[in-house]
Amino acid sequence: MNSDLDIQFTNELRQQEVGAGLHHFDLERRDFLKLFSGGVLICLCSTRSPAQESGRTRSAHELPKDIAAWLRILDDGHVTVFTGKVEVGQNIRTSLAQQVSEELRTSVESISLIMGDTKQVPWDAGTFGSRTTPTMGPQLRTMAVAARDLLVNMAASAWKVDASTLVAADGRVRDPKSGKSISYGELARGQKMVKVIEGDPSFTPASQWKVAGQPIPKVDGPDFVTGKHEYASDIHLPGMLHGKVLRPSGFNATLTSLDDSVAKKMAAVTVVRDGNFVGVTAPSTWSAEKAIQALKAEWKVPPQISSRELFAYLTANADKSKAEVADATGSISEGMAKADVKVSQTYTVAYIQHAPLEPRAAVAEWQGDKLTVWTGTQRPFAVRDELAVAFRISPENVRVVMPDTGSAYGGKHTGDAAIEAARLARSAGKPVKVVWTREEEFTWAYFRPAGVIEITSGAQRNGTITAWEYHNSNSGPAAIGVPYNIPNKLIQFHPTDSPPLRQGSYRGLAATANHFARESHMDELAHAVNMDPLQFRLKNITDERLRAVFEAVAEKAQWGKQKSSANHGFGLAGGFEKGGHIATIAEIELRSDKSVRVMRVIEAFECGAIVNPDGLRNQIEGSIMMGVGGALFESIDFGNGRILNAHFSQYRVPRFNDMPKVEAVLVDRKDQLSAGAGETPIVGVAPAIANAIFAASGERLRAMPLLRRGVMSNVHSTRNS
Amino acid sequence: MDSVTLTVNDKAYHVAAAPDQPLLWILREELQLTGTKYGCGEGQCGACTVMLDGKAVRSCVTPLSAAAGKKVTTIEGLANNGSLHSVQQAFLSQEAFQCGYCTSGMILSAVALLSTNRNPSDAEIMHAMNGNICRCGTYPRILAAVRNAADVAQKVK
Repeated sequence: MNSDLDIQFTNELRQQEVGAGLHHFDLERRDFLKLFSGGVLICLCSTRSPAQESGRTRSAHELPKDIAAWLRILDDGHVTVFTGKVEVGQNIRTSLAQQVSEELRTSVESISLIMGDTKQVPWDAGTFGSRTTPTMGPQLRTMAVAARDLLVNMAASAWKVDASTLVAADGRVRDPKSGKSISYGELARGQKMVKVIEGDPSFTPASQWKVAGQPIPKVDGPDFVTGKHEYASDIHLPGMLHGKVLRPSGFNATLTSLDDSVAKKMAAVTVVRDGNFVGVTAPSTWSAEKAIQALKAEWKVPPQISSRELFAYLTANADKSKAEVADATGSISEGMAKADVKVSQTYTVAYIQHAPLEPRAAVAEWQGDKLTVWTGTQRPFAVRDELAVAFRISPENVRVVMPDTGSAYGGKHTGDAAIEAARLARSAGKPVKVVWTREEEFTWAYFRPAGVIEITSGAQRNGTITAWEYHNSNSGPAAIGVPYNIPNKLIQFHPTDSPPLRQGSYRGLAATANHFARESHMDELAHAVNMDPLQFRLKNITDERLRAVFEAVAEKAQWGKQKSSANHGFGLAGGFEKGGHIATIAEIELRSDKSVRVMRVIEAFECGAIVNPDGLRNQIEGSIMMGVGGALFESIDFGNGRILNAHFSQYRVPRFNDMPKVEAVLVDRKDQLSAGAGETPIVGVAPAIANAIFAASGERLRAMPLLRRGVMSNVHSTRNS
Repeated sequence: MDSVTLTVNDKAYHVAAAPDQPLLWILREELQLTGTKYGCGEGQCGACTVMLDGKAVRSCVTPLSAAAGKKVTTIEGLANNGSLHSVQQAFLSQEAFQCGYCTSGMILSAVALLSTNRNPSDAEIMHAMNGNICRCGTYPRILAAVRNAADVAQKVK
């Protein structure tokens, strides 16, 4: 096993973890240990999955070596591909099919993907970290190459010719000499093909792609414009009941009393209590809601901090002794001694919510001690294991099925709704559906970690950066490094032992926070040495791929041609994360009421060889839109264990009238491996906007979100000019 | 329980349900028309948008009684004999979605807009659609799709 990959994956997985599960049924610890000695889930994922995901390395993990386990060819020529990755709108059902099509030499239309069904697909850690394109892509291409070779060899032996003289194309094997041809379906008929993959297959180089690299429309697209596509929340089973869970009045609450007498008298309503867990089942969502409202519960909620005290709390509780050193090079004090200008600033990032439009949803059905759950999750196998633990059954007896889901953005790693539906279904003896309300989603899911980032840097008047000291408290280590050439660096992440809110993954993880702080600070340094922010960056960049995207975006936006003026500003930011290189320019208008309108965002993005340019463009556009929300106004307001803005009427997300003109510049590097694109395009948006606001107003905003109640406020800003 | 007569996608239904129950749940759970989505339950996101006598309404805050005797159109009722409505076709052509969960509501809002304003400006489209949230952020494509559908309708005319 490749140990670098192993460490990288372990790190990545750790960052994707979500603090504190919602449900603890009354299980005894030794029961749990009897069934799962050694905390199986995370250990297994972190030590073994890279081998499984790369598909090249043999390891102790039970790799399905039978070609049928990954890819099946039916006798009508139809190809079924099995993958544990899931579709949440990032369009991998299409991009993976394209890659299989490319290597198997058969049409995209003849390929179907079975995704995220734990009974049917090989084990997978989950869909996160922009890993589908760089890992599952090559994995499935490997399977497709092997299948193609097998088919060609079968034809060769049937025709008694040398396999190397045959050609595979359009779902058929042809012999150019004899003119004979046979379809994949005919070859597969009556066979049981087994092929063990050996060695590295030779992939078709991106420069020769015919199907991959094309803007193939979304597979099943018509189902989404006709309402036909069935999301987890749409699934209906015969006899199914609707379930709701009684939510505590605050986080970490204990149930002290419950009067369920009224609810129990309601027609066809059942109340379930298990420790602190209280839920109901009823024939409809409406009646379940009425029953929950009829429950009279008292909760004891311990005192908890509020969003007002958040940043002081995070700084005070960051364990400096447990600092994780991301980079320590040279000497900060020597570097600072050589500096003509020194800048020391603190940046903050609020808690925000993913707010996927489809809330958490699950339908659970028991047959004896066998459980099947349909649910929207990015980690079907992890949810399977959560269910097995919660109900003390073997993971073998749990099947999790993930229908293509109404978005996630890193917010659907856990199986909360799945466990709730299964718990209620077990009591009801019937299938139960649980769909969270928006308020539940805003309160009981988890949040992108808030953070405090302190940077001290020094530079010479000629624009050479001499020192860079960087401390991130709580928000995370993703993209914490600095892609500029700096001889003296100290970069540390300080985890907080007890964050005030349940926190976990979010599109791009902490890369957004770290880019916001770093690229804002770079702008401050550039102004401190009187250099143009683009020239300042280019002077300090050694990575040619990063330089290329900065140059590409600058050219597209004609950077420097139009100068920022009062109330109209241009800002720049860029960086590198998860195999993607990004540079972003924002153009903003500052209005007389101190509101900010983002007029235009231009983004150059390079993620190696592009698999689907239209899908990529869609991801970049969407990331920019989502990034505008986090940059300008998204922020979770909380206090005493409650979320105080748990509704779309109180928590502002980007809408049509927030939409800037969006321009994506795709840099296609056919000589580089394809990387993911669902996350990194978001990271440059906030700092580019903040830098544009500075350019227009001379005010440096160092807190995300940049606005308070939609306008610039002096509370979190410092006047620099 | 009262029985309410509803016409959904040109089909008459008799529904026995509380009159204050939101139309959304009747459509989804009584009639199994699940193309209409729940997103917030307070009329803030537009995922549940349907047309009531041709006007876009949020079915999550529309009581069943308000729909009685009226004509309800959902996403399932837009295509005609398998041929997509011009707005559906435009969304498909522009690939104006990612996860697709907001798409039904977006399409219904757009169809309602174009039925009263055949050639809306971009500002009018954005104003009419501002109550519909797309968390995937495909707004530029949705705008292009509605624009495109309007242009197609103009040409046909």
